[in-house]
Amino acid sequence: AALKDGLRSQVSAALKEGRVTPTELCQRCLALIKSTKFLNAYITVAEETALKQAEESEERYKRGQPLGVLDGIPVAVKDNFNTAGIETTCASNMLKGYISPYNATVVQKLLDQGAVLLGKTNLDEFAMGSGSTDGVFGPVRNPWSYSKQYKEKSVPKSHSEDEESNWVITGGSSGGSAAAVSSFTCFAALGSDTGGSTRNPAAHCGVVGLKPTYGLISRHGLIPLVNSMDVPGILTRCVDDAAVLLGSLAGHDPKDSTTVQDDFTPFELPDLSDVSKLSIGIPKEYHAPGLSSEILALWSKAADLFKNAGAKVVEVSLPHTRYSIVCYHVLCTAEVASNMARFDGLEYGHRSDMKDSTEGMYAATRREGFNDVVRGRILSGNYFLLKQNYEKYFVKAQKVRRLIANDFVKVFRSGVDILLTPTTLSDAAPYTEFIQEDNRTRSAQDDILTQAANMAGLPAINVPTALSERGLPVGLQFIGRSFQEKQLLTVAKWFEKQVQFPVIQLEEVKRHDSGVFQHQKFASFS
Amino acid sequence: QKVSVDVLDHLEHLALVDFRDSEGVERLQKAIQFADQLQEVNTDGVEPMDSVLEDRCLYLREDDVTEGNCTKELLENAREKVEEYFVAPPGNIPLPKLEERETFLQGS
Repeated sequence: AALKDGLRSQVSAALKEGRVTPTELCQRCLALIKSTKFLNAYITVAEETALKQAEESEERYKRGQPLGVLDGIPVAVKDNFNTAGIETTCASNMLKGYISPYNATVVQKLLDQGAVLLGKTNLDEFAMGSGSTDGVFGPVRNPWSYSKQYKEKSVPKSHSEDEESNWVITGGSSGGSAAAVSSFTCFAALGSDTGGSTRNPAAHCGVVGLKPTYGLISRHGLIPLVNSMDVPGILTRCVDDAAVLLGSLAGHDPKDSTTVQDDFTPFELPDLSDVSKLSIGIPKEYHAPGLSSEILALWSKAADLFKNAGAKVVEVSLPHTRYSIVCYHVLCTAEVASNMARFDGLEYGHRSDMKDSTEGMYAATRREGFNDVVRGRILSGNYFLLKQNYEKYFVKAQKVRRLIANDFVKVFRSGVDILLTPTTLSDAAPYTEFIQEDNRTRSAQDDILTQAANMAGLPAINVPTALSERGLPVGLQFIGRSFQEKQLLTVAKWFEKQVQFPVIQLEEVKRHDSGVFQHQKFASFS
Repeated sequence: QKVSVDVLDHLEHLALVDFRDSEGVERLQKAIQFADQLQEVNTDGVEPMDSVLEDRCLYLREDDVTEGNCTKELLENAREKVEEYFVAPPGNIPLPKLEERETFLQGS
């Protein structure tokens, strides 16, 4: 199987028929991780355990008893999910050296299905950020920076400014996971999504990024940022694969009381041929200030695509959209102030040598362990939660949250099935440009199109749509009704088929994919 | 409207993190300014929303002990421990006052 093949359709079959073995897949991915190290997508590579898992999978295939479609499939997990025996750092000094004693539920589910865990991916520290640039292990580089498509469009600079300074960001905060999937080092990766952290890097890296409905997938073991908005995110190369992952992860978890108790049945996506019964909503407020004319044009083209195929396409209004980011800012910092209180050095993580008093030790530990962004959010959160500010900021934000959620309810009640919006304001920015503004400003700018879905708890997905003039991926977002992932993904799959997003042309990947399997006839990159 | 040094000091006590430098204080000022935009929204008669799942009953399980006995695993990640105790420096000693503390705010 080629690294770019779909899970259910091709890889699973190849594994069952023995045309490729789990060990070969694992080794190929590990080798590719090594040769794409410059991307800095991985914080920890669990080579030994991965190979062991691959061997066990191989045994099962030999016996003709694979556990399912995911058996033997290499996956990566964002480093804010607990993984037993493997370091979990959240890209922070606070958790450097912390070896989780348990697996997050979603990680356990993947392992129970036979997936091979390659390693933990890089992120913004504690998932706070929209660039994957603010972690202690350094920024993640977008694989498309090194693609033929981007290099062809790059204005040749003077010889001293080579591609070293030209590279673009992945977006964030699940940038490592997005880069890992985009560069073919794994077939799927877990991210997290609180304000767009899965969909944003998915758009910039040209991969599918799914944010499930809040309450569908367990957060047990996901180090929390905002308990009322966090969800585990799924990153894959095609919509079908996202459905496979969703099928193995969704469902009530007694260890996470915020998961709903409804029965969840995994589904395969039908091949939609008739969209005439669909009603697509175009929220006018998503024509946000700063939206690039390129993306605006693409969004328009997509709407026309649906219209020409017979779907009903209507303009709708979500009037409180522009307050979503302000609301998020207050609620997020407030929950962060609470969630980060657990890091005091006593039971796990970094501990300062300061011994004078408990409070002194806590303060010193937190001074040493957290970066500016984290500290800033904790302090802001504490400010908004002060008695004199509580009503004015925190409760006010909770009220605005209801208004935002109600906007969606009204629109869906009016007969609209799915909303179509851009995912990001522009294609990925060069790193040197991105870091000119501070984290909070960037997050406020970049989360504007994705945040409201978290506020309302709705499922949303980024589908890679086309390449920008700079040769970089641009994606569009579909937002669906609560717990209607099947409908959402079905529409997304139809759209994916229409746009035929190009495969990334990476030198490293070409070498690895054709090198190992020279003797076999598989689809290669075109 | 700038935040007073008293409040900044109070925040450092509550949060047990420091502002570090003038940038940190400026960051808070900007954050408050940003949040003030919420005042533009009319929320008369609107109930605050805690969770999008507010219409559902929270899952409650039976009060049966199903797991535990993981003292060893839990102690493994702690740096300072004695037998089965986490060891902390002396408690009940409040953080030093502003004048005696090593904080950027001292000069303010």
